[in-house]
Amino acid sequence: MRLTLRIWRQRGPEEPGALSVYEIEDISPEMSFLEMLDTLNERLILRGEEPVAFDHDCREGICGACGMVINGQAHGPERTTTCQLHMRHFRDGDTIDVEPWRAAAFPVVKDLVVDRSAFDRIIGSGGFVSAPTGSAPEAHATPVPKPVADTAFEHAECIGCGACVAACPNGSAMLFTSAKVTHLNVLPQGQPERESRVLDMVGTMDAEGFGGCTNTGECAVACPKGIPLQSISTMNREFLRASLKNGGRGAR
Amino acid sequence: MNTYTDYATGAPIADTKAPEGPIEGRWDRRRFEAKLVNPANRRKYTVIVVGTGLAGGAAGATLAEQGYHVVQFCYQDSPRRAHSIAAQGGINAAKNYRNDGDSIRRLFYDTVKGGDFRAREANVHRLAQVSVEIIDQCVAQGVPFAREYGGLLDTRSFGGVQVSRTFYARGQTGQQLLLGAYQALSRQIAAGNVEMHARTEMLDLIVVGGRARGIVARDLITGQVSTHFADAVVLASGGYGNVFYLSTNAKNSNATAIWRAHRRGAWFANPCFTQIHPTCIPRSGDHQSKLTLMSESLRNDGRIWVPKAKGDTRPPAEIPEDERDYYLERIYPAFGNLVPRDIASRAAKNVCDEGRGVGPGGQGVYLDFADAIGRMGRAAVEEKYGNLFEMYQLITAENPYEVPMRIYPAIHYTMGGLWVDYDLQTTVPGLFAIGEANFSDHGANRLGASALMQGLADGYFVLPATINDYLARHPHDEVDPEHPAVTEALMSVTDRLRRLLENDGDRTPDSFHRELGELLWDECGMARTETGLRKALERIPALREEFWRRIKVPGRGTELNQSLEKANRVVDYLELAELMCLDALHRAESCGGHFREESQTADGEAARDDEAFSYAAAWEFHGTGRAPELHREDLAFEYVHPTQRSYA
Repeated sequence: MRLTLRIWRQRGPEEPGALSVYEIEDISPEMSFLEMLDTLNERLILRGEEPVAFDHDCREGICGACGMVINGQAHGPERTTTCQLHMRHFRDGDTIDVEPWRAAAFPVVKDLVVDRSAFDRIIGSGGFVSAPTGSAPEAHATPVPKPVADTAFEHAECIGCGACVAACPNGSAMLFTSAKVTHLNVLPQGQPERESRVLDMVGTMDAEGFGGCTNTGECAVACPKGIPLQSISTMNREFLRASLKNGGRGAR
Repeated sequence: MNTYTDYATGAPIADTKAPEGPIEGRWDRRRFEAKLVNPANRRKYTVIVVGTGLAGGAAGATLAEQGYHVVQFCYQDSPRRAHSIAAQGGINAAKNYRNDGDSIRRLFYDTVKGGDFRAREANVHRLAQVSVEIIDQCVAQGVPFAREYGGLLDTRSFGGVQVSRTFYARGQTGQQLLLGAYQALSRQIAAGNVEMHARTEMLDLIVVGGRARGIVARDLITGQVSTHFADAVVLASGGYGNVFYLSTNAKNSNATAIWRAHRRGAWFANPCFTQIHPTCIPRSGDHQSKLTLMSESLRNDGRIWVPKAKGDTRPPAEIPEDERDYYLERIYPAFGNLVPRDIASRAAKNVCDEGRGVGPGGQGVYLDFADAIGRMGRAAVEEKYGNLFEMYQLITAENPYEVPMRIYPAIHYTMGGLWVDYDLQTTVPGLFAIGEANFSDHGANRLGASALMQGLADGYFVLPATINDYLARHPHDEVDPEHPAVTEALMSVTDRLRRLLENDGDRTPDSFHRELGELLWDECGMARTETGLRKALERIPALREEFWRRIKVPGRGTELNQSLEKANRVVDYLELAELMCLDALHRAESCGGHFREESQTADGEAARDDEAFSYAAAWEFHGTGRAPELHREDLAFEYVHPTQRSYA
């Protein structure tokens, strides 16, 4: 395949960026999108140009490191992570736009690499069960009904890639935050911190500069793991419930 | 250019610190005899942890909970992305919830046997003991394991065993366990007990006065190289499978932390013990950047076959039942498709070498679910393996509900690693290695669902107990930042980076990495010969010399520079690969994952040589291009008596 790539190049957070155009030939439809970029980078290095920086690691769709906006869509045209997108979904001669996640809370580091550490701070503010090592009771002491366990699992699948934020016109992190709130708040193990968890995580999410939710649903469409949109309404309910019960105060 | 194929033999390892006495009581005894640090004094101690996977994440969180000041590093942008996240199948534990005859003793037995009698008994028994606590701990954290309708935990069986002791969370067990550890770690970061440095890579170890006292690390965003000091250093940086270029490891997983530690005095044990996983998606072309594993759990219900005839290119549906060879079921009727990984991998290679392989280049075998779908129904298969089928389809554009999967073996895990004693301490006092970074528990072959068990055992329970003893014996004192050893470590890192950037060459880091990887796969992969290994030992130093002549790294050192990161890792692979080949050459037996062609039985099965090789080989570094020194740790089997493994 022969492609025209228009890739966002930006040296650093404070420097201006722009789309650079690259013509690339001999791309196999069996390549993943990232292997196509590897091929471009190998050629750029040999030409004495700087390769395109992008985050990636497992290349199996589970670590959540990769992510770019491809032709205006987070992770591109298929519902998957960028590493699992293959070139057979494009046509010979296509022009492809490649940009980083765009969100106020995800500043660009370089080229297609952004800073998503705000997600870690949201988790640190309440996305856990306080169970220090050694304190656990026997695993079968608390049965968890299968439907509850399945709901928890479905929300725990989030890989923290940030596609939901990138897809949202408001740059909101509601889907990411609600996935963790729902995972832990439905489980019996999550009950003691149920209220403080949602209040603190939502508070941190707002403080980190993520936008509000206006129910456009773009987040759930872009999510490569299929986190359901209902998780946002679950979090809203949890938040309201906790606010009434705690007078709006979290643990911290 | 120096090459070596010989080595000196040094003093054997006399003391592993494993306590004496009945094996059931050894861990208790060690914990009781270990000195403790008063809770009020713990905050005076700083412990560096490198890596945030299952071992590192669990250790960082647990040490911080105990009151130590933890400074932790990962190269990823978030600790949640460590490659443990990609483990699919499950985690073993001797809970015996199935009442199917499982016990700590049996898990111990299976693991020693599965490792082909090349692991230390005392460590493996401890692992089996601790396995039970791991499940409790993870459930308490909210890890959403698979459950049955009664609300209790579900289990499944895995290769190499005859009980159902593997706990799982669909095909994402590693992800869920890692998120549990990550969340516990995040809680400690937010509480100020862990100082987390993400996007920061360890590039050297600082040894002062004979003790590990810190690391040199590079901030991958600013390029700044800095020193960090501590009372003890814990390496949880994973395995070195990426030395092969194509492996199931994450692209950035690397051997630099353990190799730099090796150069600073930590002995490296059994480097040639690498695991080839039987169920990976075959490569599709030269552009292939990594290989993707399909969980071994698929072998529970999938049947592996190839055509009986050579060169049969008919589509699988057109090959009638009596022209198919279900070769694992035929050769190993008792275990069938559930034979251990090494046996399944070698059998796949054999049928492909015979010309009966399927798919592009004949490098693949079928893994067929037609019978399972017929027996259980499509919905049940989907419930069990849905995400794996989806992943396979995404990559290959083939629907495994309709056509059989194609699989082929790939490098997946490294049993070798830094040599550690019973306390998980390396030969550098104050330097500990946990998880895949050490060599300890899996011998020459790891059983499925045992890596997660070992990572979490080391991180949650073993290291946090044993490190106390070391710290209690070494009261805190400050490291002089001007100490010559500190300056030397810092300079060696910056010099090397400068050399890489300044070289005006014409080959990319990846081109060298690929070439090295292919050489290793051919000569130091599943099947090895003396001739091939000698050839590799000739070739690697030449490649290393060429690397320094022709390497080209664009950009600057003072910014995010992924080419520089790669090149710097390849430097270490070029030394590690040589040690792997030497270790493989010296171990002239077939054992675990490795088939040494000169060492086989009359009917072509692997022949282990207990007389000559019942030891762990720990190598001491003596300089690049210089022969290392071998120290043997003799293995005594008091409880599980070595037999030639039989899965027939």
